[in-house]
Amino acid sequence: MRFMILVKANKDSEAGVLPGEALLTEMGKYNEELAKAGVLLAGEGLQPSSKGARVRFSGARRTVIDGPFTETKELLAGFWLIQVKSLEEAIEWVKRSPNPFPGEESEIEIRQVFEAEDFGPELTPELREQERRLREQVAAKR
Amino acid sequence: MASDAHRAIDAVWRIESAKLIAGLARMVRDVGLAEDLAQDALVAALERWPESGVPDNPGAWLMATAKHRAIDLLRRGARLEHKHEELGRDLLARQQLAVPELDAALDDHVGDDLLRLVFIACHPVLSTEARVALTLRLLGGLTTDEIARAFLVPEPTVAQRIVRAKRTLAEARVPFEVPRGAEFAARLSSVLEVLYLVFNEGYSATSGQDWMRPALCEDALRLGRILAELVPREPEVHGLVALMEIQASRLRARSGPSGEPVLLLDQDRARWDHVLVGRGLAALARAERLGGALGPYALQAAIAACHARARKPAETDWARIAALYDALAQLAPSPVVELNRAVAVAMAFGPAAGLEIVDALQAEPSLAAYHLLPSVRGELLARLGRRDEARAELERAAALTRNARERDLLLARAAACAREPAPPDPA
Repeated sequence: MRFMILVKANKDSEAGVLPGEALLTEMGKYNEELAKAGVLLAGEGLQPSSKGARVRFSGARRTVIDGPFTETKELLAGFWLIQVKSLEEAIEWVKRSPNPFPGEESEIEIRQVFEAEDFGPELTPELREQERRLREQVAAKR
Repeated sequence: MASDAHRAIDAVWRIESAKLIAGLARMVRDVGLAEDLAQDALVAALERWPESGVPDNPGAWLMATAKHRAIDLLRRGARLEHKHEELGRDLLARQQLAVPELDAALDDHVGDDLLRLVFIACHPVLSTEARVALTLRLLGGLTTDEIARAFLVPEPTVAQRIVRAKRTLAEARVPFEVPRGAEFAARLSSVLEVLYLVFNEGYSATSGQDWMRPALCEDALRLGRILAELVPREPEVHGLVALMEIQASRLRARSGPSGEPVLLLDQDRARWDHVLVGRGLAALARAERLGGALGPYALQAAIAACHARARKPAETDWARIAALYDALAQLAPSPVVELNRAVAVAMAFGPAAGLEIVDALQAEPSLAAYHLLPSVRGELLARLGRRDEARAELERAAALTRNARERDLLLARAAACAREPAPPDPA
């Protein structure tokens, strides 16, 4: 199963303060450890929200809102995508991560990625078919 | 709660067991004993951690516990058999080393130890089945029960296989080392063969009700990725990883709503896993960058990549695929490769050209019971409009396959031949 490991943003990451050399080295080592264990699928750091935007949906209307965004705690600073056998294994890996913001409290969130198999027998052939059509439509719209 | 702790311990075991066994094997120079010691440490963890909680550095805790057991064992002489005597003294002598020094030394050796463990688990004195079981057990951290379920054999059979394999290694006095020189290449290809065998058992189950067992593919992929980091300069390792990543990217597109197989060209490409496609193409690029002519795995990966790069089946570069199969047939000639080349040639240059190659394979004894030969021949005949012959071939293929899902698909194709006009020739 796959997990998205989400590193929450803080004031520093939002201000565009780059991690120090020590942390970069530690993070590099940690990424290497994930890769050497064969569990790392992808992982990236994110630029501050001042370089991003949001699209707000309201009925048929789309409004573009430029960053930065204020509610820092809801923002992300980076992510990993890992493939492991259980939530516990994902937790075990995250516990081994260097502290992303040594100066203050922060959180890393672990979320399981949906896969069709997760639905098991609950996902009836009809639902699977619907899901397939949906994916097709999504692909067609890209 | 105890069960929470047990799940956490399972997770730690999965992450740490291979490194633990590898480190211990270097100390005691006996993989069987090393695994026993690691298992003892696991039992200790199962006793202690539910109450004390998981320690901050669980890997170090397990290693320290296992090392203590080793020393105890050797001091007491309880299991001090002949062959252990000498290394017992050695081990005791090592204990005189300052502990931090020893730990640093262990850290440096982790990669080397793991690699030695890979080579010993896939050692040629072992049968292929034993290599597979030992690799999954020692390197994949799977329990005998998990291995038994994956391969649909009784658990005691797997347990026996592993016990016998460990005994064979001990009796043959197989050294715990990475082979050198010319032997390295031969031994590495044995390792790659084991990994690809595990992957294939998951990718197209040779028997049983399920068409695929994806967990096995994931295990093989993880081991392949680990190996690629251990021997980063070996192009064929990256080739195999690329091949497995690209094939695994199609897992969820390979079965239809009721679990029936969906063939490559009929797959919904939007359902391919593009993270894995990207990783596969990157691994192939890594193999190519290392230079030299592509080996058999890299060639197969390059073929898989041709499909992965085509957004629609019609965009597939069949001429390139036929050329790659040509190279593969020269490097690793086999009737199965030839059959695949026939398919590619048929797609690139028309069904008659493909049929010519297939017909030349008809007398091949090793393909006599291979369902894909009549299956391919049937498809080519159907495309040429020879529908009666096509139906007979597809029915023959259905009778030969051991996979229930595949049989249904072949029978459906055979029935369609009787009803529909031949599909248009894509070339």
